[in-house]
Amino acid sequence: MSTRCVIVGAGHGAAQLCASLAAAKWDGCITLIGEEPHLPYHRPALSKTQLDPEGDHALQLIRPEDFYHANRVEFLSGTIAERIDRTARCVEAGGRSIAYDKLVLCTGSIHRLPPIAGMNLPGVFTLRTAADAAGIRHAVAAASRVVVIGGGFIGLEVAASLRKRGCGVAVLELADRVLARVTSPAVSDFFETLHRGRGVDLRTGIGAREIRKSEGGMEVVVSDESTIACDAVVIGTGAAPNTSLAEEAGLHVDNGIRVDAWNVSSDPDIFALGDCCSQHHPLYDRVLRLESVQNALEQAKTVAGVLTGHPRPHDALPWFWSHQYDVKLQIAGVSHGYDAVVIRGIPEPGASFSAWYFRNGGLLAVDAVNDAAAYATGTKLLKLGARPDPDRLKDSSVSLKEILQQAKETEHA
Amino acid sequence: MPKVTYITPEGERVVVEQAEGTLMSAAVENQVSGIDGDCGGVCSCATCHVHVDEAWTDKVGPAGEGEKGLLELEDGVEENSRLGCQVKLTPELDGLVVRVVGR
Ligand SMILES: Cc1cc2nc3c(=O)[nH]c(=O)nc-3n(C[C@H](O)[C@H](O)[C@H](O)COP(=O)(O)OP(=O)(O)OC[C@H]3O[C@@H](n4cnc5c(N)ncnc54)[C@H](O)[C@@H]3O)c2cc1C
Ligand code: FES
Repeated sequence: MSTRCVIVGAGHGAAQLCASLAAAKWDGCITLIGEEPHLPYHRPALSKTQLDPEGDHALQLIRPEDFYHANRVEFLSGTIAERIDRTARCVEAGGRSIAYDKLVLCTGSIHRLPPIAGMNLPGVFTLRTAADAAGIRHAVAAASRVVVIGGGFIGLEVAASLRKRGCGVAVLELADRVLARVTSPAVSDFFETLHRGRGVDLRTGIGAREIRKSEGGMEVVVSDESTIACDAVVIGTGAAPNTSLAEEAGLHVDNGIRVDAWNVSSDPDIFALGDCCSQHHPLYDRVLRLESVQNALEQAKTVAGVLTGHPRPHDALPWFWSHQYDVKLQIAGVSHGYDAVVIRGIPEPGASFSAWYFRNGGLLAVDAVNDAAAYATGTKLLKLGARPDPDRLKDSSVSLKEILQQAKETEHA
Repeated sequence: MPKVTYITPEGERVVVEQAEGTLMSAAVENQVSGIDGDCGGVCSCATCHVHVDEAWTDKVGPAGEGEKGLLELEDGVEENSRLGCQVKLTPELDGLVVRVVGR
């Protein structure tokens, strides 16, 4: 009998796993269980084109419906996997018990909700799914006033998209700068200036205490007891791995379902990939849990490799992007834990620049703002494991080509 | 709406009639092998790399700055390389032929 692979969660990782198995002409059968009513679609669009007044609001499927039919993927839409029975090797979902030989958990992440009173009021939104984006679109008109709680990537992208719609937007960030967890002060500063320049009332070092109804709509009470009147609130305070199913099944969970280099969990028949898992990364020599499309796709390819008998450990260089207004940020690598950073170019609206992160002299990551050449060079240097001279990087009279050339020569020396 | 011919890395010719959107999205919707469109068409992943047939390079035009940066990271880059997601399909491109590079 052919191998039965059950996939829980129909997002980016799941779609790639189906695609990679199909490309390898894997002869097992696949059941895909998804809580959302849709086939896997491009999630990053939710905070970007899905909220943009000029954007196309039709969901963009990662693979067309025909692909799943042609490859005999049984798709259970709008179905929640409720329990894993590891002894009987089956998943309970939608009143059925679905047997597996191999189970793959790609349950993504869930919102980390801040302890604020009034989170359940109508008009308060989170943003993870197509339904959330549609809810926000319907709730806000051009003149609406929206408070975004949380100045991370999603919060800032929502702010940019809603400004384009003509909404009045306030962003509240508890830390002393936006994007504090993921970038350096210079880059945070750039994005703060960008948003303020576009008319966003951006406040840092300030938390929301309470959301409540008011006469004209609603209001957010902030930590200094002042209030901000608004018509809607979007919560963008970060995500946590969605591990409840795995935890209940007794799998090893530590900031995500812990997996090995082949994305195998503590149960050899259960894999986990994407936002919901944490894994030791060989390039950074520490355990990472990444929330990015690239990470989910690469890990899905690793799982497909194991299932089809061509195992290849996951060691890909992480990358990420964000779009706000006409600014495109591309990140290569992971800057967390850096001990030095240099800025190349001038971080001002309208300009292009890049931030280069180091630890003990080794390059960790590059943030490139409207600067594809810096992104490309950074990626190449990271793949070489290079230790470029920060002073030369800072000096825009030294070309990136020269820096790359030197790194290659050092490597061959 | 234009008709586009994709020559896949395996050498198969796939003709997409009434192609809409971009060279990338039309390929993904029609399951053209070698075009994945991982980033959804925002010039971030380079999984939509094609070589534009020489007869069409003028009409399709050259790669933009951001696109060139990404292409720098790819194998098999030629003068006529483009990222499919950055080529919007218009009636003028009816008959276009591209070779899919694949990875
Ligand atoms: C608004 C927004 C913007 C983003 N922008 C970017 C970006 O610009 N660039 C980037 O790289 N990344 C971005 N991301 C992150 C990226 O979308 C995720 O990292 C990626 O989707 C992770 O893929 P995944 O397969 O792990 O999970 P997901 O794609 O999140 O899919 C998980 C799915 O599992 C389902 N599920 C969970 N539990 C169950 C269950 N028990 N039963 C059935 N189904 C279940 C969920 O409903 C969901 O559909 C963004 C995310 C959001 C929300
Ligand atoms: S689809 Fe990602 S670069 Fe074209």
